[in-house]
Amino acid sequence: MPDIEAIADRAASATPHGVAKVVRGLSDRSIAWLFVAPTMVLLLAINIFPLIWTVYLSFTNFASNRPNRPVVNVGLKWYQDILSSPEIWAAMQATAHFVFWTILFQTLIGFSLAYLIDRKFRGHAFWTTIILIPMMLSPAVVGNFWKFLYQPQIGLFNYVVSFFTGIPPSSFEMLGSVTLAPWAIVIVDTWMWTPYVMLICLAGLRSIPDYILEAAEVDRASRWQQFWSITLPMALPFIMLAVLFRGIENFKMFDMVMLLTGGGPGSTTELASIALKRQAFEAYRTGYSSAFAIILFVVVFGLANVYVKALNKVKQR
Amino acid sequence: MKKLLACTGALAALMALAPVSNAKAADLTLCWAAWDPANALVELSKDFTAQTGTEMKFEFVPWPNFADRMLNELNSGGKLCDLLIGDSQWIGGSAENGYYVKLNDFFDKEGIKMSDFAPATVYAYSTWPKGTPNYWALPAMGDANGWFYRKDWFANPDLQKEYKDKYNRDLAPPKTWDELKETAEFFQGREIDGKKVYGAAIFTERASEGITMGATSALYPYGFKYENTPGKYDMEGAVNSADAVAGLEMYKAIYKCCTPPGYTDSYMGEGLDAFKSGQVAMMMNWFAFMPGMAKDENVGSKTGFFVNPSAKVAASTLGGQGISVVANTDNMDGALAYIKWFAQPEVQKKWWSLGGYACHNAVLNDPGFKDSQPFAAQFLEAMGGVQDFWQEPSYAQLLQAMQKRLHDYVVADQGTAKEALDGLIQDWTAIFKEEGKL
Repeated sequence: MPDIEAIADRAASATPHGVAKVVRGLSDRSIAWLFVAPTMVLLLAINIFPLIWTVYLSFTNFASNRPNRPVVNVGLKWYQDILSSPEIWAAMQATAHFVFWTILFQTLIGFSLAYLIDRKFRGHAFWTTIILIPMMLSPAVVGNFWKFLYQPQIGLFNYVVSFFTGIPPSSFEMLGSVTLAPWAIVIVDTWMWTPYVMLICLAGLRSIPDYILEAAEVDRASRWQQFWSITLPMALPFIMLAVLFRGIENFKMFDMVMLLTGGGPGSTTELASIALKRQAFEAYRTGYSSAFAIILFVVVFGLANVYVKALNKVKQR
Repeated sequence: MKKLLACTGALAALMALAPVSNAKAADLTLCWAAWDPANALVELSKDFTAQTGTEMKFEFVPWPNFADRMLNELNSGGKLCDLLIGDSQWIGGSAENGYYVKLNDFFDKEGIKMSDFAPATVYAYSTWPKGTPNYWALPAMGDANGWFYRKDWFANPDLQKEYKDKYNRDLAPPKTWDELKETAEFFQGREIDGKKVYGAAIFTERASEGITMGATSALYPYGFKYENTPGKYDMEGAVNSADAVAGLEMYKAIYKCCTPPGYTDSYMGEGLDAFKSGQVAMMMNWFAFMPGMAKDENVGSKTGFFVNPSAKVAASTLGGQGISVVANTDNMDGALAYIKWFAQPEVQKKWWSLGGYACHNAVLNDPGFKDSQPFAAQFLEAMGGVQDFWQEPSYAQLLQAMQKRLHDYVVADQGTAKEALDGLIQDWTAIFKEEGKL
């Protein structure tokens, strides 16, 4: 056990006289503020200020490619335009479709995989690592990789479908068809992020104490009863957490879908974030896109808050 | 500890004092798209370095990101580029926002005459407001959308006979869009050299400008106009005229009948891949790629070139760029010296010989020009009928609206051609109203 007082003495004697004089007069609270101040300043500079600036821009006609044009206050015009724009609603609908189905598939498959991996079997560590590979890849790599897999003439995906169904491989286009493209991006995201959901679910399953399941066995509870009454309720907070993380992530999905479809065909897979990027950095409607960003932020923030409250309720049960 | 603090402080001070630009003031950085002609310009610029001692640096960005990257650079007041070979559509915004240096006084002082350059290129690449003698760039790279075809397949006697029997004319480069469609249909799905081939590779790209550049190659010959009266923004009856509708329907018909499977988001690179790999009989692409294609060791000798087919009129979509001095440059004298050097007839001749499309009359009016390359005559013909997209300061918004309307109709199969063009008028009207021009 080191001598705390001796260390403090050594530190005090090493502190330059001028500094010591200033610090000696400060309260504990002031010193605490001094320590957190750099972080606070950094946060304000890179998080809070841009947010406030975005709110300001959302009420103006500012366009980043027209710096010389007078900036005029347009009030709530952009908010009204966005909320009544069929294109924006189509983008929100595409986003909702993407978020709903990816979360559903990832949760079902991820939990099932976690349930299987949780059983000890020969080579389970190896298989866990194999399953985790997709989530280790960069979304840009995954986007390009699947673009080749979906290629109707040489892509493996079409050949696999053809092998099982007999449909000629060149007769359908996963990325070029209005009907199939929304599912093509769901498949890729599910492939990539199911392992992540699996990991969280696995943590939940492993947190269930063995003695509870042993007691259930002693009470002659069936496997189904054990799963339904013990495993699932106890793993539920973890599953909900995974859903929350994936929901937030997929609501702002951009890179992988941009590389796969570019939002097409037409605007079929133009998710909200892609629509936002087009308005902000291709059409340079800075005011409009700031309002759109604020609306998206409020939606995600609101939904996440409601969800976190539900999560807390489940945890308290 | 004190030493560590002192070192860190010194490092921080050095970083703070270091110049933002990584180029020396005497160097020049030229920004352009990453494509074949850019390599030719690197070669050409070695002469400038040899003559002046100015080191040239180059920043080349792939086409799909070129506009994003460069416009953001200009908008943010960046100092990356001293010289910029920017797209013709940027000139309105760059002139009005003060991103480019106005070159009139410099041209007068140095005796550079715009009358020495092809009028279509001066109008498109240099002037703003359009057609006025206010010059913001020197025509640097003439370009238009043209066509490549497989000469060896077209020359095949069996195919020629079959084509003649079917269409009662020779199998030759199509002169009209109807002929183009029939020729593409003729090749579609055919087996040649043991491989299934397709009719044509056309532009369908959604994100940047691809489908607009492709579809306008059909729209312009059919009679599409942006306005009834130039400068009045009266689009009703011009943008959605019966002729324009017919042109757009033709483009979609070719997309539907005759492109390779999966060709839903394709631009220059995808087209070149499809053509070079022997997948398609014909490919729409920019003249800028023709010198490279003619030299290609696999397909160069088998490739022919033709000008964009006509319909009601002969017309081609304009490509190409002018070279501008970026107003933010720290090396204004050097940048202007490069423009002066580049404008010389001898340099322009070498530029053409290296694979760049010179716009100088000394090159284009040379008696031997038409025979100097297998695509030279077609280039001259195309440049005689080029039409360009809006060059308004709000061009980015106008372009995005057209990209969406066209892709929705042509690729995603939504609505009719008339509805797409009607919708486009609504979008453009809203943009011009926001601009205060309507």
